[in-house]
Amino acid sequence: MMLEILTYPDPRLKEPSTTVETFDEELRNFLSNLEETMRAGPGGVGIAAPQVGRFQRIAIVDVSSHKKVTKHHGRLVLINPEITDWDGFEIAREGCMSVPDYTGNVIRATHIKLTAQNENAEIKYFEMEGYEARAVQHELDHLDGLLFLDRLVSRRHDLFQRKTHQKKK
Amino acid sequence: MKNWFMLALVGQDRVGIVAQITDALYRGGCNLGEASMLRLGTSFTMMMMVNTQLDENTLISVIQPTAEKLGLHLHLDQIEGELHPHPEPDVKIVVHGADRAGIVAQVTGELANAGLNILDLETGVGGSDKKPFYFMQIEGNATQGMEALQLALEKLKETLQGNIDINLSPLETFDL
Repeated sequence: MMLEILTYPDPRLKEPSTTVETFDEELRNFLSNLEETMRAGPGGVGIAAPQVGRFQRIAIVDVSSHKKVTKHHGRLVLINPEITDWDGFEIAREGCMSVPDYTGNVIRATHIKLTAQNENAEIKYFEMEGYEARAVQHELDHLDGLLFLDRLVSRRHDLFQRKTHQKKK
Repeated sequence: MKNWFMLALVGQDRVGIVAQITDALYRGGCNLGEASMLRLGTSFTMMMMVNTQLDENTLISVIQPTAEKLGLHLHLDQIEGELHPHPEPDVKIVVHGADRAGIVAQVTGELANAGLNILDLETGVGGSDKKPFYFMQIEGNATQGMEALQLALEKLKETLQGNIDINLSPLETFDL
């Protein structure tokens, strides 16, 4: 069953999500609907539960269909995910199903380490990079009520800020 | 969504230009669409899409007193306004080297012939008075494909004989 996507400026998109405690048939049904909704989207590579109005820490990411991506983990169900380590950064343009007809430049870590539970409540550990790492960071932001709009960088100066010269003591 | 104008204002930079101009427009019953406002040199430049039921002369009378007070020159054109088509750039070109006249014309000339439609271009001059360097960043659409642009750049590099660095890279939008 396709679920309805909340779109900005719907204030519910700012709501932080809560931890998933119960791993049951109802959750698995929801995950299947969430995945169907994700795959029908324009990018079809990621979705977070709050985007369909369920405020629980759940995201699905699958970048394997993207032709240029070589390193990825295939279909990922991420429940109660936590990023434990970040490395490197890169600016790229992002779009979002919840923010139609607008895209913007966002800085994301190029490499992350992540723990999350799967649909069976098993704890998994991942190291990921590139597009997959970007997609996960984007979806996890939704769980904290953040959109890429909250992270837009200035087209002019953000990358080139001069280091402040410190006075010698 | 009818009755759109492109309003351009330029003048010496000072505090409060944006606030006072947009306040005058708001009080005049206007709504803003896309806008670009930035300082170039010591001037402040504003270009904005304005949606209003006013006619051209009445709109001018709404802005003129504030513009004059702030020392801004005003230019107004009625346009076919549309808020929604946002073309996304698919290519980025960065150019830098020792400053001299003609870089922009030379580079963009070749790229235009190879199908580049520029969406966003910014340039700057850095370095010292004696050794200025020039920097330009372009985002746009490769309407004839990346290869055509690549070929144009190869040709440019030969003409410029290594005096200017030009880098072309694809830009991708991640739909998430």
